[in-house]
Amino acid sequence: MRNKASVVIIGGGISGCAIAWNLAARGERDVVVLEKSYLCSGSTGRCGAGVRMQWGTDMNCRLSKKSIEFYEHANEILEYPGDVEFKQKGYLLVADTAREMEQFKKNLAVQRRHGIPSRLVTPGEAGELVPHLNADVLLGGAYCPKDGFLNPFKTTDAFYRAAKRLGVGFCANTTVTGIDTEGGRVRRVRTDRGDVETARVVVAAGGMAGSLASLAGAELPVYPERHHILVTEPVEPMQDPMVMAFALNLYVQQSPQGSFLMGRGDENEPRDGNVRASWRFLEEMAKSVEFLLPKLAGLRVVRQWAGLYTMSPDRQPIYGQAREVEGLYFAAGFSGHGFMFGPVTGIAVSEMVLGLAPSIDVSELFLERFERGHLVYEPAVV
Amino acid sequence: MDGEKDTIVCRCSDVTLARVRELIDEGYESFEEIKRLSRVGMGPCQGKTCQQLVLRELSLRTGKPVRELAGQTSRPPVSGVTLAAVAREAKRHEE
Repeated sequence: MRNKASVVIIGGGISGCAIAWNLAARGERDVVVLEKSYLCSGSTGRCGAGVRMQWGTDMNCRLSKKSIEFYEHANEILEYPGDVEFKQKGYLLVADTAREMEQFKKNLAVQRRHGIPSRLVTPGEAGELVPHLNADVLLGGAYCPKDGFLNPFKTTDAFYRAAKRLGVGFCANTTVTGIDTEGGRVRRVRTDRGDVETARVVVAAGGMAGSLASLAGAELPVYPERHHILVTEPVEPMQDPMVMAFALNLYVQQSPQGSFLMGRGDENEPRDGNVRASWRFLEEMAKSVEFLLPKLAGLRVVRQWAGLYTMSPDRQPIYGQAREVEGLYFAAGFSGHGFMFGPVTGIAVSEMVLGLAPSIDVSELFLERFERGHLVYEPAVV
Repeated sequence: MDGEKDTIVCRCSDVTLARVRELIDEGYESFEEIKRLSRVGMGPCQGKTCQQLVLRELSLRTGKPVRELAGQTSRPPVSGVTLAAVAREAKRHEE
């Protein structure tokens, strides 16, 4: 392990790997990424793999649009020998309450300003897009054909390999035990495998972001929330778009391998960082699927797991430097959407760390917004 | 080695011995990493067949004994069960 680096990134998921590659691509190659387990072992490797542009806030629309444009060319840009498996088969958001339909209309107005090709659909159209949907219980939906999904493991691997080729150092199985400061500035990062002297640290550690911030004496208003996913046996292709329902609290997608992924969260979960899977999730999901997608209830579940959303107060990401400590940067609080925003996180944070002119203005997502108290709440989260 | 391209290590996800060895040689030295990139252990058997085979390959290539290598997390259900059956049981308990 190197004992000195220009920039240390804590976290080997999509955010950490994307920031590392962006730094190296902009000429800063003296970068070390610290990961407490293996790459992609945290929230990225446990996520639902979907990427969408159907949001209710300006910032989330901009971040996702730019990220999806990157993902469309990720294999070539990152010169990946494999395939990140990006498929744009759309997202169908369905509503079974009038309140949701109202929200969809408001969200669509925001999306339209950003040129996102989304539209409202009737229950009948929803049923044509996904024939096994119980359209009788729906009031309608919203659909964007350019949303989709890609393989989180391979996408992270693509950023990792590209960064490594440019000279970035990756240390897996390395736990950060301290972040030392001197005179209000970052001085070094302590780990269980030795120390790294550095003046700049980026915390991109998902559910661990809050506790890492406190190690340096900074405060980050985030907390981890457990979300679950189950996967079924693979079957013939039968569903193109991801089906998402906010009031019913679920998203259901058929993966390229043929298996269905079905996920949901519970905001009443204890905020203790637990990622063990629970049987209760399986029961709740089974009942919801029987109601909304009855035909899929005949599928066998083969596995389930859990991972952490890192929730911020307005459910939008937090980018930028800590107020208390110079040289301490955050890419955190993605509230379940860190994988989708990975490409933009890499661009925005690397430019910030290097003091370059921003190619995308993310100043609305700086930490200071919580002091000003001017928060724009993202309504579209499952 | 002869036949490694035809030898299936993971029957659920059609992963060959050659693919597993290639990943180990590229530096992926844990079951979880190999699982994420090749899909071994992600199918209906939950790694009951492939895990031992992959751990043995890892042991041969890295020199670490199998007992020092971690497998994947075991989670419910142990074998496939339909969502309809899970929902039925859940409703029965609610009554």
